[in-house]
Amino acid sequence: MHPAFSVIFLTTLIGVGQGLFLALYTGQLYSVIKVLPVQDSPGFYGYGSLLALVFLAGGLFSSFFHLGRPERAWRSAAKWKTSWLSREVIVLPAFMGTTFIYSMIHISGWNPVLFALSDAFIVDLSLFVGAINMVLAFALFVCTAMIYACIKFLQEWASPLTVVNYVLLGMASGFALGTAFASFVESDLINFYGGWAIVLTVTAFITRTASLIRNSKIKYKSNLSSAIGIRHTNIKQKAQGSMGGSFNTREYFHGAKPAFFKSIKWIFLVMVFVVPVALLSGALASNLFALFVLAFIVQYVGLLAERWFFFAQANHPQNLYYQTI
Amino acid sequence: MTQLALVIDLNVCVGCHACVTSCKEWNTSGTAGFMSDFNPYGKDPTGTFFNRVQTFEVGEFPNTQTVHFPKSCLHCEEPPCVPVCPTGASYKREQDGIVLVDYDKCIGCKYCSWACPYGAREIDENQKVMKKCTLCVDRIYDETLPESERKPACVLACPTSARLFGDVNDPDSNVSEQIRDNGGYQLMPEWGTKPANHYLPRRKTNITIHRDELTRVDNPLNKERQLSMPDDDEQTLDDIMSW
Repeated sequence: MHPAFSVIFLTTLIGVGQGLFLALYTGQLYSVIKVLPVQDSPGFYGYGSLLALVFLAGGLFSSFFHLGRPERAWRSAAKWKTSWLSREVIVLPAFMGTTFIYSMIHISGWNPVLFALSDAFIVDLSLFVGAINMVLAFALFVCTAMIYACIKFLQEWASPLTVVNYVLLGMASGFALGTAFASFVESDLINFYGGWAIVLTVTAFITRTASLIRNSKIKYKSNLSSAIGIRHTNIKQKAQGSMGGSFNTREYFHGAKPAFFKSIKWIFLVMVFVVPVALLSGALASNLFALFVLAFIVQYVGLLAERWFFFAQANHPQNLYYQTI
Repeated sequence: MTQLALVIDLNVCVGCHACVTSCKEWNTSGTAGFMSDFNPYGKDPTGTFFNRVQTFEVGEFPNTQTVHFPKSCLHCEEPPCVPVCPTGASYKREQDGIVLVDYDKCIGCKYCSWACPYGAREIDENQKVMKKCTLCVDRIYDETLPESERKPACVLACPTSARLFGDVNDPDSNVSEQIRDNGGYQLMPEWGTKPANHYLPRRKTNITIHRDELTRVDNPLNKERQLSMPDDDEQTLDDIMSW
């Protein structure tokens, strides 16, 4: 497939936003059950989730560039019963809205106690809204990934690993940003977030590598014989039906040179996994804010390459009709 | 339930592209907007087409077959492009099974084109909406046209009658008979899309002749057992009597 930068930025940016919110909410939830120290409500959870909102808004903004008719984007909420894209279109704004409410509860300080599950576990409004938002964050991961995983003939995508990778890569980058944010506000959660960022990155490395191995061994169900219905092992295409190319020759081919295509795979493996883990380890040892930021930036740029490769690697069966590209 | 479709006979298609130009002419003049072209006389001409003819060479010289392969939307009975559409712009008509795009609802997200294994959909770079073959839905029901002309433009244009149009769910229709009698098949059946359009394969008419059929069996002498059968290179009674 031809990687569209609008979709690359959309999926990576909202992944960071979701991951950052999950990091912040985990921090809050753990502080309620006294596993972690309580943070400054407006300064940490409030502004932190506003930062997540910035990334989500960036992703949403980027997605409009993918549309031929962005002014009609509101229509895309209609077919949520059948279309994962439609579901994403509903869940993303819902998640953004709840993130904003969560942020405002913390910043305003209006946070009434709703009920108590036990003497120690008291649920206030922010905790309750955050729980709903946590469900939305995971739902959004699933919607985004299922847009790709549900197309069964795009065999590189049609795998549960696609969903697992979207969740883990989004969370890894979000926790990396959370670590940098914790360092910025000089919170004592740096080690907690940094440790989990490393764990998530390593886990994502395992699942992403698993999908790379799976994709390298794919047996394609379609071939030129089934595409045109002629049983012969030696079929050569002589004409593609157009002289100067068409939508079919542009949309479904990444158009990159094989060497470039292969190098992107190694670039993203190094930038998403190896370098960030090394930088985060170094940053946790030295406690340098700049190193935390650098770790996040390197990982995010690596994720752009990862997403480019994700799209470029998918082999659409319609390409069988365009043999001489 | 009616399922209108095309049956394309690869045995007689000569690859003249008359269906392509006729399709473009009819559909670019329609009320739904023209099918835009870019650089039509320039270096890299490109544009929107509902139908294209490709050419394949099958086999190694001298045992080759040139196969011209017209390719358009197959109006699947299980169209994978329809459920993925977030707006409902892409839909399959209940009454005749034609898969259509509502150009007023389409947001141009291209997701349906990803979800079509045949690459039958194209974005119109001018209107920025997805377009595809409509089976000339705006002419097959047009009662101002004589009944013989209420067919898709490509079908009317084909000089060799390689394109047939009809209801593939009606067992007595011409298209159903052709599919049954001449080995009509679907493209990429492995994805369960159940394309309504069928293709008829290249076919040769063969007759099997056994050796005994090359020998005269009406030799009266042989019949009476008076003489043995003459050898292949000997004259028979028929040969003698025929002059």
